[in-house]
Amino acid sequence: MRRLLIWAPLALFVLVFGLVASGLFAPGERAVKSAMIGQPAPAFTLPALLPGKPGVDSKTFADGKPRLVNVFASWCGPCIAEAPQLMKMREMGIEIVGIATADTPEAMLGFLTRNGDPFTAIGDDRNRKVQFAFGSAGVPETFVIDGKGKVTYQHIGYVGPQDMPKLLEALAAAR
Amino acid sequence: MIAEGGLAALWIAAALALVQLTLGWGAARSGSEELITAVRRIAIAQGVLAALAFGILILLFLNSDMSVLLVATNSHSAKPLLYKFAGAWGNHEGSMLLWVTVLAVAGACVALFERRLPGKTLAATLGAQAAMALGFYAFIVFASNPFLRIDPPPPDGQGLNPLLQDPGLAFHPPALYFGYVGLSVAFSFAVGALVMRDVGPAFARAMRPWVLAAWIFLTIGITAGSYWAYYELGWGGWWFWDPVENASLMPWLAATALLHSVTVLATRDGLRAWTLMLALVAFAMSMLGTFLVRSGILVSVHAFAVDPTRGSFILALLGIYIGGALALFGARVGTIRQGSTFQLVSREGALVLNNLLLSVLLGIVFIGTLYPLVAQAMGQQLSIGPPFFNKAGIPVTLVLIVATMAGPLLKWRKDKWSELGRKMLVPAAAAITVTVMLLVVAPGISLNATLGLIAAGALAVASLVPLWKRNLRRTPMHIYGMVVAHLGVAVSIAGMASDAAFTQERLAAVRVGEVVTVGPFEAKLAEVRPTLGQNWSAVEAVLIVRKGDGKPFEINPQQRFFTDPVTTTSEAAIQTLWDGQLYTVIGAGEGSGKDARWQIRLWWKPFVTFIWFGGFLIAFGALLALVGRVRRERRSEEAYE
Repeated sequence: MRRLLIWAPLALFVLVFGLVASGLFAPGERAVKSAMIGQPAPAFTLPALLPGKPGVDSKTFADGKPRLVNVFASWCGPCIAEAPQLMKMREMGIEIVGIATADTPEAMLGFLTRNGDPFTAIGDDRNRKVQFAFGSAGVPETFVIDGKGKVTYQHIGYVGPQDMPKLLEALAAAR
Repeated sequence: MIAEGGLAALWIAAALALVQLTLGWGAARSGSEELITAVRRIAIAQGVLAALAFGILILLFLNSDMSVLLVATNSHSAKPLLYKFAGAWGNHEGSMLLWVTVLAVAGACVALFERRLPGKTLAATLGAQAAMALGFYAFIVFASNPFLRIDPPPPDGQGLNPLLQDPGLAFHPPALYFGYVGLSVAFSFAVGALVMRDVGPAFARAMRPWVLAAWIFLTIGITAGSYWAYYELGWGGWWFWDPVENASLMPWLAATALLHSVTVLATRDGLRAWTLMLALVAFAMSMLGTFLVRSGILVSVHAFAVDPTRGSFILALLGIYIGGALALFGARVGTIRQGSTFQLVSREGALVLNNLLLSVLLGIVFIGTLYPLVAQAMGQQLSIGPPFFNKAGIPVTLVLIVATMAGPLLKWRKDKWSELGRKMLVPAAAAITVTVMLLVVAPGISLNATLGLIAAGALAVASLVPLWKRNLRRTPMHIYGMVVAHLGVAVSIAGMASDAAFTQERLAAVRVGEVVTVGPFEAKLAEVRPTLGQNWSAVEAVLIVRKGDGKPFEINPQQRFFTDPVTTTSEAAIQTLWDGQLYTVIGAGEGSGKDARWQIRLWWKPFVTFIWFGGFLIAFGALLALVGRVRRERRSEEAYE
């Protein structure tokens, strides 16, 4: 037991070192296939986070229009990085619904002022229930939902310029 | 020629480090007095040469010598003198040179001043310090030479990142570096002690001032950095749980634990292996922090100098030094006799609890910071952010505060629960008073903020209790140091909780002449005018602010435009009042002429200044402890002689 304890720090260090080294040399490309794909989106209603911007009701997802559901937060660094891509998609006429996790109206207002507002609706998911129902633990995550309310594509992590073609393709397929 | 002189000094210093390592090894084995003296002298010479190289780099920046690549890319002839000076370390190459300079000078100081350690252990320590310096010299001369020339030289240079053009930031990185690298001395002491199997109170007493000094710089660096982010980034917050911020917090947490455990080792000869471990971990965290900041593998709001090849160099050094030291620890720690034992309810017991809680906090920050990297290894890029850190960290911190209250009230070795309970009545009374006050004055605030304010009140009172019934003139200075530092923690926590509980915010698009209100303030946008600085132009809002019936004051937030390189920054304008700060930012304008609307953001932050005031109190307390300890040791040495 004592011997194990003595060598534990070194073992832990080797683990972390390997992790950090892999982060440096092999920026990961292996996407995880989600269990949500092909499933109907979880049923929920979220109140509006900001005045003048509606909240989100999953019933509206079955209106025949495909859309993006973006799980995000004002405190999230990568969300700033993906903002330009979301703005571009908004300009293309794609509907983007935001689920703001663990956020406050004040912080969100600041975030949208700085980074632009691509959302037609933002739901207040303060206790992160809906986020977890979507099977998401970190932010940002983006889901493509087809006109019948089914999840057809999941993108984990930030949407970079390199991810745009795939997302647009998924949206076209959901039409 | 000057730049070549700097490079030459660096090479010679590197060569001396190699000699120092070899002779240090020999001296540690043979114990020859002559060798030990030689190692001391070489360490001093190496420190002087490294300082010379860094001095030359500063001179090149002050002269705006554009034929040096680093100056050309990071400075500008029109830049204010202070930032030319700070430009020397406001970039990757310069900051690495500063790093190795501090490392070498710290080694020189150990060689000059350290008289308590046995010669062999000292030689091993200086050898370890030289081994580390050697790696960084190699890094600098092979991968980030600050003295490279450029031909033809550009006429003006490119300037310094405007975010960095701020007096606070000019001196914040050096403070942090002194702290980071100061911990390298503790690391070398631990390595030296492990090599010589010489761990005991004498070793702890020798190491303690270095840990204290490094900790003072770290505390100041973090406090100044937090205030800088608060007023310069313009988003009204003081901590973002950003990887770069966490990079400075992790070594601080480890060093805080080390500071307390080294006291147990020095006073009671307990916690030997644990103290050694912490000394290794503290510097490991410094290096990991530097790596995270320099490699850019994590998304950060403060992404400055980012380069994966350099990242891999630092990573290699990290692997060699930290991995090597941990292997040495594993091999040797079993041969170090166990120190003395103690009862659960005792000063030692409280300090062990403090250490465990600090380690848990460190673990939380560590996991939260590196989690995105784990995710990245699985092909995702995401962040977990403040909700995780707050949820996991706040409860631990609250328990830690209770331990901080109890520790100083306990006797060494053995105490009674009943005694502790009796002494804790005073802070308990304070806690009840604060609770009642909050219920009356501010019933609606969040649970965390309420608990924070209660804990702050109780800790403030508890930290003064050790002075109770003491002859204040004969109380040793390090006791005052502890009292002031713990009081500083209380003040800081009060500021954080108050900011969380009482901040009011307003964002509005206003025309000139309109009034916005926030909290007790009415702010009228009187005018938006252009203005000029030495190397920027700006639009500036003239806000006339009135609090109730008070005298109105003017406040001028700006949007600054820098040309070299093209950047816009928003300069918050902050009015500090006795009971808090009014924080104002001007954002983008829309429309033109009379209809133009400007985005104005206002925050009223009651007692937010306590956060940083507390930080400086903590550092000041540590300074008192350092001076007190050093004076006391000197006196006992004289008595011995």
